[in-house]
Amino acid sequence: MAPLLTDRALLWLGALLYLAGFLVGLIGLTRRHSPAGLRTMLNILLIGGWSFQWLGLYQRGLVGRGCPLGNTFEIVQFVAWSAMLVYFFVGSTFRVSLLGLFTAGYAATLALVSLLIPQWDLVRGQKLFGNNPWIEAHAALAVFSYGVFGLLTLTSLMQLLQNWSLKNKRLNGLFWFLPSVVQLEQINYRLVLLGVTLLSISLSVGAAWWVRNIESVHLPKLMVTVGVWLAYLTVLLLRWRGRLVSVRFAWVCLILFGLALLSLGPVNSNRHGYQPVTLTPR
Amino acid sequence: MATHPAILFQLGASHHTAPLAVRERLAIDAARASDLATRLGQIAGLNEFALVNTCNRVELYGVVSTSDAFPALHAALGAVTGCTPAELDSAVTLRQNHAAIGHLFAVASGLDSQIVGETEILGQVKQAYDAALAQHWTGPVLNRVFQKTFQAAKHIRTNTGIGAGQISIATVAVDLAGRIFGELAQTKILVVGAGDIGLKTVQAFQSRGATAITVASRTLAKAEEAAALAGGWALSLADLPVAIAEADIIASSTSSPDFILTRELIAAGIKRRPARPLFLIDLALPRDVDPATAELANVFLYNLDDLAEIAEENLAQREAEVAKCQAILADRTAALWPQVAHSLNAPHAS
Repeated sequence: MAPLLTDRALLWLGALLYLAGFLVGLIGLTRRHSPAGLRTMLNILLIGGWSFQWLGLYQRGLVGRGCPLGNTFEIVQFVAWSAMLVYFFVGSTFRVSLLGLFTAGYAATLALVSLLIPQWDLVRGQKLFGNNPWIEAHAALAVFSYGVFGLLTLTSLMQLLQNWSLKNKRLNGLFWFLPSVVQLEQINYRLVLLGVTLLSISLSVGAAWWVRNIESVHLPKLMVTVGVWLAYLTVLLLRWRGRLVSVRFAWVCLILFGLALLSLGPVNSNRHGYQPVTLTPR
Repeated sequence: MATHPAILFQLGASHHTAPLAVRERLAIDAARASDLATRLGQIAGLNEFALVNTCNRVELYGVVSTSDAFPALHAALGAVTGCTPAELDSAVTLRQNHAAIGHLFAVASGLDSQIVGETEILGQVKQAYDAALAQHWTGPVLNRVFQKTFQAAKHIRTNTGIGAGQISIATVAVDLAGRIFGELAQTKILVVGAGDIGLKTVQAFQSRGATAITVASRTLAKAEEAAALAGGWALSLADLPVAIAEADIIASSTSSPDFILTRELIAAGIKRRPARPLFLIDLALPRDVDPATAELANVFLYNLDDLAEIAEENLAQREAEVAKCQAILADRTAALWPQVAHSLNAPHAS
């Protein structure tokens, strides 16, 4: 049976459900004791949004016969989708209050911005991975690691807010719900470890194929990709040695992710064989 | 056979109606409570009763066939407490039917407590009811009223902010520690100075699961004495640099005129454990902790004024919730009253 909704319609639904989840979370913030059902409603909306987004990306993947990473629109959608997936694991493992709200806002922003900028989705690269599943895995893991770093950015932001709140003795409102400093430190450490591990695996796979055909990757892409990996690896090592902790660690993670997002431009410029995007189903 | 309905009542005194001196005389220990129960059991027309007896209130809830029983209730209370009729008249209030239910709801929900929103009172009301139930002092009316009271109190606690935020110095400090460390069971607490306020703060931390307590004092003997009380280890102030590096929370309350915990001392201590935050609680006047330590990363300094200000803010927020709670309880009282009134009209109640 042919699907009733186009891939963009599904992605719109996903983005709007994320936005609805964010608004529900905000309502909970207006009172210290929000009704018990509010958190459940937030999670249902996020799972619903993630599912629709997954269906939309899946339809695009079917058309491209590969992971839907053919243009900036798809990459940004995939980053939002990955961040939400990581949140489902981190949120349920650590029961981090407010992280759902932050992730909902983050995913809604990414998804809506990508949908509202038509230029990002006019054309998409064809035969991106040359029918090579290893290259596809390399690309998917790399973008997934950006999702992890995106979530790390959110928890770093939460840590900065919590630190500011405790230092300045402003403990009510939003700050009331923030997780403890120690909990955020632990989550940040694990997220940077996870992100670096995924990116390392991705680059290892990519490198294995790159050495067979060195000209297949342009130098700017190579430098930027390795640069991002080295930067996060350095952050991880400094954190492990206790040289980069607390507020400085959080600031570095925030800035680094901004730079990593900007790096998507050069990374994406390596594409060729762009074709106009058509909605699926037509 | 009585043709008039029975009366549900509340008779008693609390911090709202009686000064401390009178409340001291009204306070009922276990022996006097037993004596009062015996006397109440002999009053004709008293069908059900339960005694809520806390440090701030002595309240009798019950069902009487007629209002003729009230003088006998006064007399029993006077006989047990030794209060004169004049003292009782000025301190004791009587509420009936709808008003009695509303009052019990407010008491159990912490709205009538001296510290608004405190939770201990609900446990005390439950104990009072359990005791009355075990002695078969209650009947269908009080059983229903108390069960509905517990439901109302739980609803208030879950759906309003009446119990949010701590309102004593020690519990505010514990609350803040929770924001920094999450679980407190694994935190290491260093108390500098063997003063009373420091030890009280330690007790508050222990109530939240903290077990690793170290007491440092100028003289080791004093530290050992305080450590024995707190169930921890003792050391002298000379060992402070090493202890700071180990501690997660430092509560200082010495009488020193100078800073005991200087910026340099704290900076050196946290250098050895940079990834772990340090919570400094300065309970001393003059202050023990150099305010410049607050500038250090991962160090959170709160002094007495800061803690008192937070406590006041929390109290103000609780009080802002009172009107909302009262509206909820008024609705619940109005919903329960027709059922209770029906029971009071039933033959067994009178």
